[in-house]
Amino acid sequence: MSATQAPGATQRPLSLQGQGESNADRVFRWLLLLGLVVAVSFLVTLLTFVILRGLPRLDSRIWQNMPTLRRPSLAGAQSAVFGTIWVVGTTAVISIPTGIAAAVYLEEYANPKRWYNRAIEVNIQNLAAVPSIVYGILGLGLIVRGLGLGFTVLAAALTLSLLILPTVIISTREALRAVPQSIRHGSLALGATRWQTTWRQVLPAAVPGIATGQILALSRAIGEAAPLLLLGGLAFVTFNPDGLLSDYTVLPIQIFNWISNPKEEFRVLASATIVVLLVLLLAMNALAIYLRNRFQKRY
Amino acid sequence: MSSVQEQTGTAAGSSPPMSLRPSRPRHVEKVIHLGLILAALVSVATTVGIVLSFVPPNVEFFRQVPPLDFLTGTTWTPQFTPAAFGVLPLVSATLLITLLAMVVAAPLGLATALHLSEYARPRLRRVLKPLLEVLAGIPTVVFGFFALEFVTPLLRTILDPIFGGETPEIFNALSAALVMGVMIIPTIASLSEDAMAAVPNSLRQGAYALGSSKRQVSTKVVIPAALSGIVAAFVLGISRAVGETMIVAIAAGQRPNLSWNPLEGMQTMTGFIAAIGQGDVPVGSLGYDTIFAVGLLLFVATFLMNIFSIRLVRRFREVYE
Repeated sequence: MSATQAPGATQRPLSLQGQGESNADRVFRWLLLLGLVVAVSFLVTLLTFVILRGLPRLDSRIWQNMPTLRRPSLAGAQSAVFGTIWVVGTTAVISIPTGIAAAVYLEEYANPKRWYNRAIEVNIQNLAAVPSIVYGILGLGLIVRGLGLGFTVLAAALTLSLLILPTVIISTREALRAVPQSIRHGSLALGATRWQTTWRQVLPAAVPGIATGQILALSRAIGEAAPLLLLGGLAFVTFNPDGLLSDYTVLPIQIFNWISNPKEEFRVLASATIVVLLVLLLAMNALAIYLRNRFQKRY
Repeated sequence: MSSVQEQTGTAAGSSPPMSLRPSRPRHVEKVIHLGLILAALVSVATTVGIVLSFVPPNVEFFRQVPPLDFLTGTTWTPQFTPAAFGVLPLVSATLLITLLAMVVAAPLGLATALHLSEYARPRLRRVLKPLLEVLAGIPTVVFGFFALEFVTPLLRTILDPIFGGETPEIFNALSAALVMGVMIIPTIASLSEDAMAAVPNSLRQGAYALGSSKRQVSTKVVIPAALSGIVAAFVLGISRAVGETMIVAIAAGQRPNLSWNPLEGMQTMTGFIAAIGQGDVPVGSLGYDTIFAVGLLLFVATFLMNIFSIRLVRRFREVYE
């Protein structure tokens, strides 16, 4: 492009070079930047504000102490930290295998022309956009009451699993689709069965993409508060969960709890806990981006 | 190559007329296939579960509250005596906040998509895309905190001199909506950008060959060609705004309020569900059933929007791929 333009600039007759940017073009280009400017400056302001606001309480008390209402200076979020680990850990154990299996079915086994496979696909796309609080209602009606699990770690994890399953499936399918057909054909031609092809060729090749998707889905589960509000996550819990049927609270809910408290100390504490949560999420995001850039094979 | 020939050679030696059928039944394959189908059916079970969990409480609710009163009533006081179950105040608050959020998110999201798709150089894209992903990954409870503690005080200092006395309330629809708008930018931007990426390059090249500037290509070729995808992105953005809970629960207040003044506090449908669902609501009580009635309305509204947008996306994929 530049090679043809450079000589055109010196020889005037019949230049194929554009007439330069008109004013309208320039204004338009700057207007387009506005969206990015707003998004980025919003992000920077938010992070700065939260850090400055939480700075006085940004210390080890957050994960060493338990929540208490009487003495804000001693309050911490240890039970929420452990609750998050329990709930999200259980969610990962449930949702990752299920999600990958469903994605493998849709991508490697299903005939996309059959109506029922298309129905499953549309259904998953719809579920991905169903508001998270609706999952909370589902969890309340069917898992907490229907299955009688009560307000427990397991009920919360099952609900969150259903919530992130569409995300897991969609991202895994994208990773599987990025593996070229020639690899499958080669494997099948050598006499491998469909499952052998999937298990020994396709899945290993797709691992970086799948891992990225799982990390992003789990980071969504970590930050999710709305459905757990309905599932008893707001209970005042001053002990760490000791099993799947234990009471629990999680970090976003603990933060919400403190925001709802008009006392200034609790607002500061909420801000400090937000910083801890964001650091965790940013680390997971960075890991996902790193995995994607470092290990993603281009075919 | 030679080793393959050797292998087929020995295999052919043991079973004379080289059959292409499986040499033995693969039972494990069938079991695995079945397991994979079951995993895929979990998603169907989820939808069925949502519907099933809605039915009994809604039957109970609408036995006590006539549906017409629910949908057209203008007073929402489910916890007072006498209780009134007119859902319009919650619906109007939801609509107002969604509308204001989209006023922010639609133009900015579209501009971002167009910039990333047509203007940004690869290096800038590599920085900006992860930044948008980070913005999309921030928990909504954090956005809510930011709306309440930063945006609301800011609005109060800015708007006070302008409107002379009529300052925003501590809990108000405007700050929740503004923050929600920024939250939705990445959703709209990434979906619209996908649609723009699906526009064949030959269309752009044709326009450039006719002497169009980049702006003309963007507005007269790319946007019209990607329009159904862009509309789908907007609809999904609206669906997200309608269903967003934590921001409104924290920053918009808990007062059912049939008002179109964004400076007042108001309760949305999601805000109501979050507020009433926090406690341990006794099963079978009217309060418990109310959660499901409002939830059903929310689910139906978002469901229709999602299906509409999924269909649109399908259509433009079929046109260009």
